[in-house]
Amino acid sequence: MNNTLNHDGAKVLAAAENVVKEFKLSGNIRRGQMVVHAVTDVSLNIYEGETLAMVGESGCGKSTMGRLILRLLEPTAGTVRFEGRDLAELGEEELRHLRKKMQIIFQDPYASLNPRMTVAQIIAEPLNTHQIYGSQKETEARVKELMKKVGIRPEFTNRYPHQFSGGQRQRIGIARALALNPKLIVCDEPVSALDVSIQAQILNLLHDLQKEMGLTYLFISHDLSVVRYISDRICVMFLGKICEVGPTEEIFRAPKHPYTRFLLEAVPKPNPHLRKEQKAFLTGEMPSPVKPPAGCRFHTRCPLAVQRCSQEVPVLRNIEGRQVACHLVTA
Amino acid sequence: MQNSDILILNDQNLPPDLGLPPAEDIDAELLDNETMGDRIKTMLRKNKLAAASFVVIVLMCLAAAFAPFLTPYEPNKTSLKDRLAPPSREHILGCDELGRDHFTRLLYGTRVSVMIGLFPTSVAMIIGTVLGLFAGFYGGKIDFVIMRLADVVLAFPSLLLAMVVSYTLKGGIISIFLALAAVKWARTARVIRAQTLSMKEKEFVEAARSLGVKKSTIMFRHILPNCLPNLIVLLTLNIPESILDEASLSFLGIGAQPPSTSWGLMVFRCKPFLFEYPWLAIAPGVAILVFVLAFNFLGDGVRDALDPYLKD
Repeated sequence: MNNTLNHDGAKVLAAAENVVKEFKLSGNIRRGQMVVHAVTDVSLNIYEGETLAMVGESGCGKSTMGRLILRLLEPTAGTVRFEGRDLAELGEEELRHLRKKMQIIFQDPYASLNPRMTVAQIIAEPLNTHQIYGSQKETEARVKELMKKVGIRPEFTNRYPHQFSGGQRQRIGIARALALNPKLIVCDEPVSALDVSIQAQILNLLHDLQKEMGLTYLFISHDLSVVRYISDRICVMFLGKICEVGPTEEIFRAPKHPYTRFLLEAVPKPNPHLRKEQKAFLTGEMPSPVKPPAGCRFHTRCPLAVQRCSQEVPVLRNIEGRQVACHLVTA
Repeated sequence: MQNSDILILNDQNLPPDLGLPPAEDIDAELLDNETMGDRIKTMLRKNKLAAASFVVIVLMCLAAAFAPFLTPYEPNKTSLKDRLAPPSREHILGCDELGRDHFTRLLYGTRVSVMIGLFPTSVAMIIGTVLGLFAGFYGGKIDFVIMRLADVVLAFPSLLLAMVVSYTLKGGIISIFLALAAVKWARTARVIRAQTLSMKEKEFVEAARSLGVKKSTIMFRHILPNCLPNLIVLLTLNIPESILDEASLSFLGIGAQPPSTSWGLMVFRCKPFLFEYPWLAIAPGVAILVFVLAFNFLGDGVRDALDPYLKD
């Protein structure tokens, strides 16, 4: 790793190096084995204490990326490091122990909690798994403390998940993720299943917890206003590749990659006077990840594309304090 | 490009963090510490059909256990003068072709039938559940081996296979036990495997993996409890089916061996007299019907009671 520190001097907590993830589709006699290229050659650093947002449309590989970082999925190629250690070299037991430091919050608060476990059992599971406390009493006390921390009444320990609203369930999921005092939390669209007023509550909760516990977030989302509110840096993905990485405000102020520009343009504007007469929308279908276009993956939909874009894969280059993968962007 | 007008959530336009939910939303009834037993009790109080079925099953089991105290007659004592006697005060269901009290034999037959219903089914379902869990969870070769084995078992008509097994084992109750267990695990394994496959992809299982929970714990603590409704449905199907299978096997002459008896054997033995003395065959038939139905109704009720989503 060449740059283990960012400009603020923060250490790299987790890093992906040239990570590739392909999913095999069931075979087809005529066309042979089909492969979904979910993530292709992605390198990414997550610095300690930051919130890195991953944005992109559905199916662009952002959730896959989150799971690769946590090694819930094994990369087809490439290396994932956590605190400098290659996760592939760890044995099963070692990895299990390392999991204390990295957690995940899921999108769907209805699927992410076991319907047959009580809240107390759900939140105590990480504690029991890693045998944090010697006695049941201590564990119970910690569970109640966590429930208070995320804003669930501690009297509810014996309730089942379905007895809570979506927002409350998401809080339970957060409490479970916090139980082991992790360093990194991958938030996989944690608020997109909630209604807007609840979204704000959960975002504030995540924000406060980050300050309090010094957490690092990999925040996966497609909601740009949420991303702008919570993240320090943004990583824009398109069809399994990174288009642009940079500080949030700078990207919002002046997006460099054409795809980022379209993405920001597509955000609805609440003030009708500020709406442009004609919005430039992306046309055409998203190319299939089974057969991604050659060259720049965005060239089939990019209005600026030149011949070079369809032949040569653009590399992620450092331009003005951020990274952009586009032939046409120059410093 | 004007990005300043994108709706930004900031500290000013956010609603205050409500923190703890208001006390009004606590449903007092939900706060109590309900166990599975409590939920079943509540269900039995509300669901009259299930409650009645439960009573019927208990009564039948008690009758089977205390058969000698409920009837003055010996089950195997023949009495030629009472041959094919119609129902009367002394013999409430009459007597069979050897003059044995039909009611007494029905009680003793209950023992065999209830045991056949419960034991081989339980054994088969435990085997099937474990195999199904492993097949679904690990996939690959383990899955292939277990499922092809299940296919082999399912490829034969189960009754025929049970006949072969019990014939090879020289007949009798024990061989029927084994025969039924050997035949019935496959369906359970299939159903549990399918359920495991769908549960495995659920986010709460992924959450458990990300917590570092051991595989065996994930299987038995996360996936198995979520197979419970399927298991109860299977149980309510399998128990009556075993009783019917035993009846069929006995009817064909490879089940309970005379002079011991079972409901199925009684139907078989009384079949020749169906038109002249219909009560002889109908009585065990009705017993089978009542027992089987009771299990179905009770199973439905229990499944609903244990379903965390269906609660009121």
